Amino acid sequence: MNIFNIFSEIEKVDPEVYERFDSRRQVFKHMSGFGKKLAAAAVPVAFGAVFNKAYGQTSNNADIIAILNFALTAELTDSTYYSKVLDANSPNLPAEFKTGLTIIRDNELGHVETLKKAIQDLGGTPVVIAESRLDYTAGGKINDPFADYPTILALGQAFEDTGIRAYKGQAPKPAIMANDAILQTALQIHSAEARHAAYFRRLRGDGQNLENNKPWITLKDRGNLPEFTQPIYDGEETTTQATVNIANLVSANAASEAFDEPLEMPQVIAILNNFFKEGEKLPG
Amino acid sequence: MSKIINPRDKKADNTLDISSPLQRRSFIKYAGAGAALSALILSGCNDDDDGKFNGVVYQPPTPPPNPNEIPAVNLGSGDTGILNYAYALEQLEAAFYDMLVKSTTFNTTFTNATERAVLTDIRDHEVAHRDFFKSVLGNAAIPALTPDFSLVNMADRNVVLMAARTFEDVGVAAYNGAGKLLTMATNLALAGKIVSVEARHAAEIREMLKQNTFAARGGASPKPGDENIINDKGLDLALMPNEVLALAKPFIKNDINASSLPTS
Repeated sequence: MNIFNIFSEIEKVDPEVYERFDSRRQVFKHMSGFGKKLAAAAVPVAFGAVFNKAYGQTSNNADIIAILNFALTAELTDSTYYSKVLDANSPNLPAEFKTGLTIIRDNELGHVETLKKAIQDLGGTPVVIAESRLDYTAGGKINDPFADYPTILALGQAFEDTGIRAYKGQAPKPAIMANDAILQTALQIHSAEARHAAYFRRLRGDGQNLENNKPWITLKDRGNLPEFTQPIYDGEETTTQATVNIANLVSANAASEAFDEPLEMPQVIAILNNFFKEGEKLPG
Repeated sequence: MSKIINPRDKKADNTLDISSPLQRRSFIKYAGAGAALSALILSGCNDDDDGKFNGVVYQPPTPPPNPNEIPAVNLGSGDTGILNYAYALEQLEAAFYDMLVKSTTFNTTFTNATERAVLTDIRDHEVAHRDFFKSVLGNAAIPALTPDFSLVNMADRNVVLMAARTFEDVGVAAYNGAGKLLTMATNLALAGKIVSVEARHAAEIREMLKQNTFAARGGASPKPGDENIINDKGLDLALMPNEVLALAKPFIKNDINASSLPTS
């Protein structure tokens, strides 16, 4: 068989065949990895694998878009909050914290733009969250969300620790695993969120006599956050990973800290809904 | 042909009392004598120069493992290869922090008790990651690597934190780049549980070194070792195994063969 002819034939019915691969050259790089070494009879099998990578993704686009819109919802909830804090420009906030929060807000806006573009590239419509739907007092449970320094650090920690668990839960879904570019981008956002979380947690631990509130999560300790945030930490106390009892290797505290745990979509939505007004809550 | 001296005969001639415990010193003396005799036999007997000794092809004895010889390591292929790759990096990180917290200058280099507690926590996390991978890989695990931190002065706070910053940032980038190379969702989920803890470490080490560098933005494509590590889209680093292993090479004595790892 002549593989070059196959591309020409496909091009007659699908002019975008080449764009479905990273590039024309990339396809032959993939082929050289296994095609060369295989007997001629086995080539169609290897060839099929290359096509699955290009065409198998299209059927998953709806699933990917749904997951990316879920991530975008979380990012918009965070970034809107940080922007409102920075706009309030409270004199209670140390100048160096405003600098740090600006870095975080800008990173979150970068995530928002990255997710929007990915959704549009896949043919989807990015969600919009009207600011009027949001309530950062969590229904009156938080007194001064935009000007009180300890409250801002606490909410920042809550949002970032939630974001980490949200991405961690979605990355291994089949639709995301089938798309290398989307998976890698999700992972690159995920670890940036973890850096943000560590920053908020460090400032709380150092500045507020919360020495047990380390940059990592010990068991399911919510570190003096309000009780309604406990679902952000439930499950983090796990000390067994893939049947390995980590508490046999290090202390139980360290065993729980060394591994962050995922959350599924409905659990994350329930947490985010604390910050949506009655009648405006997210479905699911 | 020279006279054959059989060490067994020599043993019989010796007035060694096997019923009494063999003293360490006398054992070494005896073993040494045996080795010398063997050499004598081998050098003295092969007069006929036909490559055979009394008609038997000489098979050189398998030399005992040389502790100074660092074995080359092949990571393997597929998901196992990627997990071995992660195991190699976790071995490096665990060895680094363990050496640091056990160094005689730890208390004087890091005078702040909170900082010592943080670094000890990180050591424990990396040990947990290392031993976890060793356990799940089982027989497929690569051997213990021989790290080399001679480039890092453990008594210099700044040097230690700069090295730690690179190890953590590169560790994060390694997991971020390798996620797409995994085929099993359970393996990706496990890698995901670890990478965010590495990112927490990276942020904390960076704040110990310089305020507000935890996720500082460094243009379109920041590089490992940069002070500003997040790109202008808010994305963390992602690196492929060959890039990561080149960065890790100065700190590992073993040659690491990654040629069978998946590349996409």
